Amino acid sequence: MSLLQSEPIRVLAFLVGIIAFAALNAAYLVWLERKEAGHMQRRIGPKEVGPFGLLQPIVDGIKLMSKQLFLPKGCDPILFMIAPLMVMVPAIMSFVTIPFSETLVARDINIGLLMIFAFASINVLGLLLGGWGSGNKYAIIAAARTVSQNVAYEIPMLITVIGVVMVYGTLNLNEIVIQQAGGFWHWNVLNLKASLLMPVMFIIFFICTLAETNRAPFDMAEAESELIAGIYTEYPGMGFGVFFMGEYANILIGCALTVILFLGGWQSPFGETFVPGVIWFLLKLYAIVFTVIWIRWTYPRTTFYGLLNLSWKILIPISLVNLILTAAMLKVF
Amino acid sequence: MILDNVKKAMAALEPINMAETDYAAKGFHLDVQVAPEQVMQAAEVLNEELFTLEAVTGVDLLTFAKAAKKPAKKTEEEAEPQEETEPEEKSAPQMEVVYDFSHWDELCRVVIRARIPRDTPEIPTISEVYSGANWHERETHDFFGIKFTGHPDLKPLLLPEDADFHPLLKDFVA
Amino acid sequence: MSVLLQDQNYETFEINLGPQHPATHGVLRVILTMDGEYIYKAEPVLGYIHRMHEKMGESKTWLQFMPNTARMDYLHALAYNHGYVLTVERAAGIEVPERAEYLRVITVELNRIASHLLWFGAFVLDLGGFTPLLYAFDDREHILDILESVTGARLTFSYFRFGGVYNDIDDDFAPATLAFIKRLRSRMPMYHDLVTKNIILMKRLKEIGPISKEMARRYGATGPVLRGSGVNYDIRKNEPYSVYPEFDFDVPVYTECDSMARYMVRMDEMEQSMRIIEQALAKLPEGETIVKKAPKIIKAPAGDYYAAVEAARGTFGVRVVSDGTNSPYRLKLRSPTYSNLSLFGEVAKGMLLPDALALMGSLDLVIPEIDR
Repeated sequence: MSLLQSEPIRVLAFLVGIIAFAALNAAYLVWLERKEAGHMQRRIGPKEVGPFGLLQPIVDGIKLMSKQLFLPKGCDPILFMIAPLMVMVPAIMSFVTIPFSETLVARDINIGLLMIFAFASINVLGLLLGGWGSGNKYAIIAAARTVSQNVAYEIPMLITVIGVVMVYGTLNLNEIVIQQAGGFWHWNVLNLKASLLMPVMFIIFFICTLAETNRAPFDMAEAESELIAGIYTEYPGMGFGVFFMGEYANILIGCALTVILFLGGWQSPFGETFVPGVIWFLLKLYAIVFTVIWIRWTYPRTTFYGLLNLSWKILIPISLVNLILTAAMLKVF
Repeated sequence: MILDNVKKAMAALEPINMAETDYAAKGFHLDVQVAPEQVMQAAEVLNEELFTLEAVTGVDLLTFAKAAKKPAKKTEEEAEPQEETEPEEKSAPQMEVVYDFSHWDELCRVVIRARIPRDTPEIPTISEVYSGANWHERETHDFFGIKFTGHPDLKPLLLPEDADFHPLLKDFVA
Repeated sequence: MSVLLQDQNYETFEINLGPQHPATHGVLRVILTMDGEYIYKAEPVLGYIHRMHEKMGESKTWLQFMPNTARMDYLHALAYNHGYVLTVERAAGIEVPERAEYLRVITVELNRIASHLLWFGAFVLDLGGFTPLLYAFDDREHILDILESVTGARLTFSYFRFGGVYNDIDDDFAPATLAFIKRLRSRMPMYHDLVTKNIILMKRLKEIGPISKEMARRYGATGPVLRGSGVNYDIRKNEPYSVYPEFDFDVPVYTECDSMARYMVRMDEMEQSMRIIEQALAKLPEGETIVKKAPKIIKAPAGDYYAAVEAARGTFGVRVVSDGTNSPYRLKLRSPTYSNLSLFGEVAKGMLLPDALALMGSLDLVIPEIDR
């Protein structure tokens, strides 16, 4: 017991656990996505490999790994190789501060929220370099789109988060969750005492999460009917595979943040405590992930000027209003 | 109504031949043959009357008269024009450029045709009046080698960009 | 329109949209000269699936060419069958029994619905929505089953003959068709809820790709593209052929001139086609399906003949020059999308890439029909 609690072992265990969690999730979210899409489209989805197609992600992984890694002509080899890692590594690093339960958190640091946003910005850089390094015009257009998207979504997202931080007075994710204890009416999404606009802020944050993770309807960066595969156009085998894992890890991070900031993290919705917090957390997490996939298979893709308009004309003004409102209400009550 | 207007305006151009045709039997109302240099004026007349361009195409008349004279029961191999002896007595072979026009408001189809010599196939473009003619003329150039003078961009459209053959010519051998 | 576009010296770059590209639905290639994401110039390059059907027509007999007509517009093959038989029947003076005319109309309209359904799915797919495609294919599958039972084919139909149709319908045909119509009617509201009223779709289509009436006339645009520009022109009404005058149906016309208008025209046309089929099934006369003395060898008097039909994408015209032999002397196939696509370059100029692809989808391209 004392060995497990010694700091190096603990970090090592979490490191292995997080990488396994991210990789497993990336693989099985693909399965979930295909299965869910299949059932929404009157199909079955993967079913041949293993029961319910459960071995499909493994087979896919083997296929991707067995493909030749070649460099396309005219690419920048260093950027081309480094870009997938720049998407994957920060996404996995972000898991370090995610509290899966009150105690199940790798490093309970008090600037956790800030750290996640810092890593999220590197993700965009990775996509930009990957697009640029490919030496492909479609990829470059996609890279430019990613950057404009970045500018558009991060501002309302951060303003929203500032509101949340003002309410709880901390950047520590675990602290934020602890303060939402005592049933779903104490969750931040219904925290009308702090700001009347809180449910709206939840929706704004969720939209921004979709945009941040390049998910439909904001998947302009890979827009397969416009840009073939956008940034991923030139990537072979595991180059694409690592991007893909990074993308799904990012979806998990975005959904986990939504759960932590607005849906009470690992807190039970009814205030009881006999069900472990990690189960509640994962339930909420996958409910949000399910919704993300659901949205992807329902809506057509918007355009990037559509996203910019949405961001600058609607989301940013509303979140600014909310910020002022929150500040005023905190002062009054 | 529109037909009368067109006839009046066309008559002013003094076409080589103008005939009202039986729509039920032929599928068009007016058949006008003009001199090659007049197609632009003819197109302008129809443009005034708000006609729309359906298609431009060509017909290679090299073997037409000969085949039409022959009895209709000949076999297919004979119908193919390869290596048949040229009829010496005929005047220089011709090609025809055919323009199909129709009207939106009233049922009125007008055919404009112009005959050009087969060895120097040249005719003015009408793509300045009817933008849609651009592609139709390029296609006709592909298939027949008819040169549309004044056409902005007469490179092959349906054939490969280095094509130097014209498959719809009756003496084309693949 | 980008400000930069006005500066001729501004640096542009070219991208090749196609011949292998997810949005071109086949082997169309468009060379785009881009200024960032703005299109400075769009030049379609055709001919990747050019098969020279017109030359084939000259070297085959009249009837031998019939299967070729189905291989141009593979989505509305029966209308192409129809256009060809109309011309040849006009040239050779063949009468068609009334039952055959009704069967022609029923199958052509069923095929039109199938074509529009596929367009609907593929168009939303172009806009990034994947799911409606499979719903539309589900419905289309029923039509293909019905058509298979009567024509024997599922895609490249060759059902019409000079003087009638190849096969009579069986007893299951009418109930199956009516059941399908009932089913599609119940599903159209779902399509409208899921897709038409979707705010993202509306934003992507409204005021995108304006095609004015005058531009449509200059380019000879026809079909839903033209009717989306506010012109009430449908060959079935304006130049009645077959037994279309006997049916009561409307021609949907939208005056907005944008991609949304073209979308709405096609969505409404499906309902009108269903109305035609219902009336035709109710009135279907008894009798022969092919004229008794159908000539084995077609002899058309020398001369020019023209006939046009309303295909799903617009006016399909066949011009035949006959020299009195048993094969056409010259066969001109006027395909609608050829003219419709030719205006793409002018409209797309100054548009953003995603909008241009929305425009391209709204033109409803079938590449084998353009290239012929």
